[in-house]
Amino acid sequence: MDDLERAILDYVRREYLEEDDDRQVGLETPLITGGIVDSFSMVSLKRFLERKNDIEIPDAEATPAAFDSVRSIAALVRRVAARRVPV
Amino acid sequence: MAYPEPLKERFRRGLEEIRAAGLYKQERILHGPQDVRVEVEFPAGELPRPVINLCANNYLGLSSHPRVLAAARAGLEARGYGMSSVRFICGTQDLHRRLEERLTGFLGTEDTLLFPSCMDANAGVFEALFGEQDVLIADRLVHASIVDGMRLAKAQTDTYKHSDMGHLEEKLAEHLDKRARVVVTDGVFSMDGDLAKLDEIVALAEKYDALVFVDDSHATGFIGARGRGTHEAKGVLGRVDLLTTTLGKALGGASGGCVSGRSELVETCRQRARPYLFSNSVPPVIVAAALEVLDLIEESTARRDRLEENTRLWRRLLVEAGFDVKPGESPIVPIMLYNARLAQDFARDLFEEGVFVVGFFFPVVPKGQARIRTQVSAGHERAHLERALEAFVAVGRRHGVLGLGKREIVERFGA
Repeated sequence: MDDLERAILDYVRREYLEEDDDRQVGLETPLITGGIVDSFSMVSLKRFLERKNDIEIPDAEATPAAFDSVRSIAALVRRVAARRVPV
Repeated sequence: MAYPEPLKERFRRGLEEIRAAGLYKQERILHGPQDVRVEVEFPAGELPRPVINLCANNYLGLSSHPRVLAAARAGLEARGYGMSSVRFICGTQDLHRRLEERLTGFLGTEDTLLFPSCMDANAGVFEALFGEQDVLIADRLVHASIVDGMRLAKAQTDTYKHSDMGHLEEKLAEHLDKRARVVVTDGVFSMDGDLAKLDEIVALAEKYDALVFVDDSHATGFIGARGRGTHEAKGVLGRVDLLTTTLGKALGGASGGCVSGRSELVETCRQRARPYLFSNSVPPVIVAAALEVLDLIEESTARRDRLEENTRLWRRLLVEAGFDVKPGESPIVPIMLYNARLAQDFARDLFEEGVFVVGFFFPVVPKGQARIRTQVSAGHERAHLERALEAFVAVGRRHGVLGLGKREIVERFGA
């Protein structure tokens, strides 16, 4: 697990799991289809990723599929960050 | 052919998948009026059997009250059956305005607008009032109709953990740059039966200059000392900006709902809320009966007091018998079973024992949180609840869950 994946995983656990929630969340755990993150909550995750990584994720790429696991989210962030034009 | 075979096959397969997943809903058919004891045909085709009803929203037992029926008959005679119009064309009678004024007084707000249902009120209110520069911040356990209403709006959305005031405050601070912030919550949460911390929510909203929206469908008529709702129970009457509620539960249980609150907000809904603009008026018979229900509730608190006593008794009986009951103070009393199959089997066995309840599981409640939701009514006699408990204990013993907590139930049955 790299730093990006760890940061996303920490955020997901902190933001979406209740105190008494004993579900295990790992890199491949389905977040959307697994009922951990819903479409409204996805917005806060997107905002966290954008702020932390100084990127803007286009709405067309912020799909439930792309947000369905920590690993796929990290891949999305890397893709978007790679396109960033230095200013 | 307009209905080609592949399309038909797609829907057939979809229905099969619902069955295979154990999520297929079958209607239970009542042979008689709604009451605390009903004759139910289930499965369809079986002979109806008498059961104690613990799953109706008939909190005050008014669904078939003689005075409500008489008022409905009188309303039918005096104002007719249907309006054949939306409100703003020729569908507004004096009765509609009178009911809106009565609800405004009862709820302690500034104005009220009737909708065909609270589902419609929730579907219309956010889209009518809030736009892209605003944010709706909802408790994660709000009712599905609020979720749908938020989806229809152009406003930004966010959520906070259920009743977690620290998390809500973080979100309010994070969204200080928005034109308007709206905290969105149920008053009483329909699946857990707990009350929103409206006193704390209102205080946070005032601190962060936010509006408060409450759906009080599972509270209006019986929560609070005079049954005004969650805002009365939590001491914030007059400090909730937007409230939606229903006539379809404690207030007679027919149908109809409303948006109530700050006058400019309600009037904007009158101008712009699409379910109000494009669907028929609430029928006069329902409006007349609802006025009588408000008379009954305002004349005496005896029914809501009785409901409170019944709720305390039912909770105590279940806990003493060894069930894992979600704590709370509303007449929604969930018995936690965690496992979806167990919840379904438990409800089926209770029906065999003469008690009518329904098991709830994902996606209605979170995964691993399956339960039997029971709902107490002022109409229940002590004997009904004691008889129901006997059935619960018999079925509980059969499945071996008495005295077990979450960990033990999950170990035995899986989550």
